[in-house]
Amino acid sequence: MHSSTSWLTRPFHERSTRLFLGVLLAALVLVTVLHVAVPQGHPLHVNAYTVNLFGKYLSYALLAVAVDLVWGYLGILSLGHGAFFALGGYAMGMYLMRQIGDRGVYGHPELPDFMVFLDWQSLPWYWAGFDMAWFAFLMVLLAPGALALVFGFLAFRSRVTGVYLSIITQALTFALMLAFFRNEMGFGGNNGLTDFREILGFNLRSDATRLGLFIASGVALALGYVLCRAIVGSKLGRVCVATRDAEARTRFLGYRVERVQLFVFVVSAMLAGLAGALYVPQVGIINPSEFSPLFSIEIVLWVALGGRATLYGAVIGAILVNYAKTVFTGVMPDAWLFALGGLFVLVTVLLPKGVAGLLAYRVQGRRRRHDEGTAGKEVSA
Amino acid sequence: MSNVPRSRPVEARGGAASGPIHHALLLLLLCLLMLPVGAQAQGERDAEAIALLEALDVRAYADKARAIEAIVGSDDPRALDWLQALLDGRLQRTEAGRFVVVLDNRGRDWPVADALSGEALGEMSRRELDRIGINNALRNQLRSAIAVVDLYSPDLDLRRASAERLLGEVDADLAVPLATVIEAETDSGVRQRLVQALAIYRLEQGEVAAVADLEGSLHPRVRVALNGAANGDDPVLADAARHALNGIEQMLKLNRAAETLYFGLSLGSVLVLAAIGLAITFGVMGVINMAHGELIMLGAYTTWAMQQLLPGQPGLALLLAIPAGFLVAALAGVAIERGVIQFLKGRPLETLLATFGISLILQQLVRTVISPLNRTVVTPEWMSGSLAINDALSLTLNRLYVLGFALLVFAALMLIMRRSRLGLEVRAVTQNRAMARAMGIRATRVDILTFALGSGVAGLAGVALSQLTNVGPNLGQNYIIDSFMVVVFGGVGNLWGTLVAGLSLGVINQVLEPWAGAVLAKIIVLVFIILFIQKRPRGLFPQKGRAAEG
Amino acid sequence: MKLLQQLADRDRVFDFLVPAASPVDVRHGPILYLEDVTVSFDGFKAIDNLNLTIDDGELRCIIGPNGAGKTTMMDIITGKTCPDQGSVWFGSRHDLLTLNEPEIASLGIGRKFQKPTVFEALSVFENLELAMAADKRILPTLTARLSGEIRDRIDEVLATIGLGELRQRPAGILSHGQKQWLEIGMLLMQRPRLLLVDEPVAGMTEQEMERTAELLTGLAGEQSVVVVEHDMGFVRSIARTVTVLHQGSVLAEGTMDQVSSDPRVIEVYLGAEEEIA
Repeated sequence: MHSSTSWLTRPFHERSTRLFLGVLLAALVLVTVLHVAVPQGHPLHVNAYTVNLFGKYLSYALLAVAVDLVWGYLGILSLGHGAFFALGGYAMGMYLMRQIGDRGVYGHPELPDFMVFLDWQSLPWYWAGFDMAWFAFLMVLLAPGALALVFGFLAFRSRVTGVYLSIITQALTFALMLAFFRNEMGFGGNNGLTDFREILGFNLRSDATRLGLFIASGVALALGYVLCRAIVGSKLGRVCVATRDAEARTRFLGYRVERVQLFVFVVSAMLAGLAGALYVPQVGIINPSEFSPLFSIEIVLWVALGGRATLYGAVIGAILVNYAKTVFTGVMPDAWLFALGGLFVLVTVLLPKGVAGLLAYRVQGRRRRHDEGTAGKEVSA
Repeated sequence: MSNVPRSRPVEARGGAASGPIHHALLLLLLCLLMLPVGAQAQGERDAEAIALLEALDVRAYADKARAIEAIVGSDDPRALDWLQALLDGRLQRTEAGRFVVVLDNRGRDWPVADALSGEALGEMSRRELDRIGINNALRNQLRSAIAVVDLYSPDLDLRRASAERLLGEVDADLAVPLATVIEAETDSGVRQRLVQALAIYRLEQGEVAAVADLEGSLHPRVRVALNGAANGDDPVLADAARHALNGIEQMLKLNRAAETLYFGLSLGSVLVLAAIGLAITFGVMGVINMAHGELIMLGAYTTWAMQQLLPGQPGLALLLAIPAGFLVAALAGVAIERGVIQFLKGRPLETLLATFGISLILQQLVRTVISPLNRTVVTPEWMSGSLAINDALSLTLNRLYVLGFALLVFAALMLIMRRSRLGLEVRAVTQNRAMARAMGIRATRVDILTFALGSGVAGLAGVALSQLTNVGPNLGQNYIIDSFMVVVFGGVGNLWGTLVAGLSLGVINQVLEPWAGAVLAKIIVLVFIILFIQKRPRGLFPQKGRAAEG
Repeated sequence: MKLLQQLADRDRVFDFLVPAASPVDVRHGPILYLEDVTVSFDGFKAIDNLNLTIDDGELRCIIGPNGAGKTTMMDIITGKTCPDQGSVWFGSRHDLLTLNEPEIASLGIGRKFQKPTVFEALSVFENLELAMAADKRILPTLTARLSGEIRDRIDEVLATIGLGELRQRPAGILSHGQKQWLEIGMLLMQRPRLLLVDEPVAGMTEQEMERTAELLTGLAGEQSVVVVEHDMGFVRSIARTVTVLHQGSVLAEGTMDQVSSDPRVIEVYLGAEEEIA
């Protein structure tokens, strides 16, 4: 169980991680083959729209993994992770905006259309550098990371936890939403950033780019998953669980709980930012609605439905809920909020361990017959 | 902090009604005419009136001018009516020599009314009528006369309104009669207005002494006049005017501060109403009820439903909505508590998620069953309009009522918490649930009652909010984050904290708004609270001691 | 300003994070020294002008009726509660009032809570692993590996506390007494210079109590132990020096026989004399 391998390679020795990576790889290959090799019109053909949709789900799944890392293992219910997601998305959006160059409606060589429209004369200082991909991609991680660092430093230092923390994370994303709605902020206000054309020289509207983004999302999810597994499987991960269940006790053992919380929170925020950066080119727009408290709390539902503190449960939950959303909003849009609301109630009351809990229960039952010694590590509340 | 727009359509409607003041006065006059005055006196007055009108129907315009002056000085209640009709060319004579007022001179046949009794005489062909003509000079005289005619009226309100209209409108023709009117005026308020009106004219004529009469007035017309003088050619006058303006500016600042404070307190009272129910449920049960906003919404919709049930009686419906809103929200709260929250004891984060789900369902329910669009809730007459403190400061009545209502609700809750058995039990459970249970307090019952109380108060908040803001499915959503901020800022489990936090956040928000804008002000307040919680994680008035640990 | 201070603090702690070599200066005798400590909650003085000295290697029992301030005193020593006035020194070099909980723990003060607190989701083995004296900063914790040496040490403690059979079971399934033992085991893993033990035998059987007494007396000498306990029989069996707390300050101090014959102590324990005698 606790092998003496390095913390980063440890996940590859775990059965569950291997299984997860295997399924993910199989899904990526399957979709790619069905999209590329099966001719259009064939019933098994996966069209570009669907590939795009799956890519979106995968970026959501990464976001859910990030939330599960802090909620499941650290007990911090963040109702503001949408903010980190959106910040990563905006960083990517700014890069994509700069790639438009002079092909915008107004044809300005440097300024994005909305700035020309607002009669701005030059780029604001914080837009500098976003024409370079490496800088923008770095900011995708650093911008949410920095926000998480400052916010987390203040919050954890003064030991704001539990529902208080949830409420102020919600206030944080709400304040950011209001801020990004303002035209003066220089992020396109209400409309956000859109009309993207290409990424790294590839046309965003071409099917090949969409497939590439889908695969990139899958790879990012795999990397994020392994990183999170590595953290939670390490001694630090056990300190996280210890913090979650008995914060004071952990302090008396000599662990600086607030730093552990800060570290994991920042890692999680960066992963969320990465997810946002992958999401934006696939949907073609980023606007302040990604900051809405409703979205952030929805992410938490994905995790709750999938099962907390399992990571793979978060992925299952994200894909299930978003697939249901796609279906519902297509067939009967009015019913979606009923379904979503109902899910919140049902999951918390009847299925506290989520889908993963159900799975683990069956697997465990089978395993216990073989070997009485091992017990599951999933724990509620 | 909240998105309560400052001017409501309701207020605007009130303003619109007072706009065409003439029509209103006309109606009032007509009504006065129909009052059964002693028949004898009426006869005498009519004789005088006929004489006054007869004097108008002469050839020479100079005579007509004298006749108009006679009417102005007559203090006959119908004088304004006649002068207005004369100015509009609607004062006419029938072939029989009867004076009539044409009510509507469009088309071929005109409806007319008797000029003396106001009695409708049906329609007459224009050929049957003979108009009393006027020229431009008379027209000017009439306009001035109409402006001052009410000043002779025994009715104080008429005199006040008329004096109000005169500000900045006095010209040479008016100046002389105005001076005599001022002498005769008995009401100090009206008199002051008239003095100011005259002083504006005198100022325009370059009289330095006039400045003294204008000092301290907050009326915009006065400031316009003083500004004109301050930029004028006469250095002495300009100096005096500037001095007076400075004084006025000071007072205006004070008034603006008072206004900001009022709006702040008003917004704060809304926040307190919205948050205090939450403070109860959160403080006592440690339960985060994300559906609290939707309970507020239910209260607002109850008000709307009451008004639908009692058409034409918006005031009564509103009063009835207070208990009804409380009940509806309280029942919904109990349903939530029994149906969901009781199964999630000791898992606050799960409770938060589950109640959020309920809030989504409730919102969508309202959208589906009633409408996704906003509903109009009528403001009863006694709540519309405003209370004018002075020229620069008037307090809108609906906000004043809501402020009072919030304080009333707060006082009632305080009383329940401090004096009643339930309050005692609630406080016991708050401090130590296990011990309270051991003392024989039925914690479950306390939970239900507390939740009902907290939810009911949310309903009351909804009833109050229906008078200030749009009633729609998103009503609750707009207040939930603010409410949480208030509770957290004030300190959980402390009603005083909620009151202080709500009011001060409201005021802070309004103070910031002028220079930061509404959205930025809200952002600043949110950031401020986030920082504040870092400094004092347990709010302004934290609970201390062992019970608070953990 | 504060940030600078914290940075300074951190630098200072770095040296001490080296395990097992606690640099506590006890050349002057006492390992723990409380002087004129007062703390009040909402006007109620939980600790009132408390003076207490614990010598290096001593085993001290602290008794007192409910509300005497025993747990609050522990909270102050471990940095959970900050007193309104007074000073608390660990050895003659470390002012505990300037340090936070992890720093105090790193200095070598271990604490067992009144209500046994173990990490229920983690296995017994993992509970001990976390408690072990080690570099507890983030990156070393992240990259920590389980060496054979560490395993041996954990196995040793597991044997001492008699939970070897249950090593892989989650701590949540343990009985109350087993949790008490696990927590004591965690204290042992920490290898502290000073152990603060709050009601160690609550919920234990007679035999378990005896074993606990043996364990604690065995520890004394090498380490200093402060035991807060209600069970007078247990106190009598281990105590050399007993301190009686009452209303937040020291009422009496001495051997068990001395304090139990003290009339003031008897008055405080009115109705419970038999228990003391």
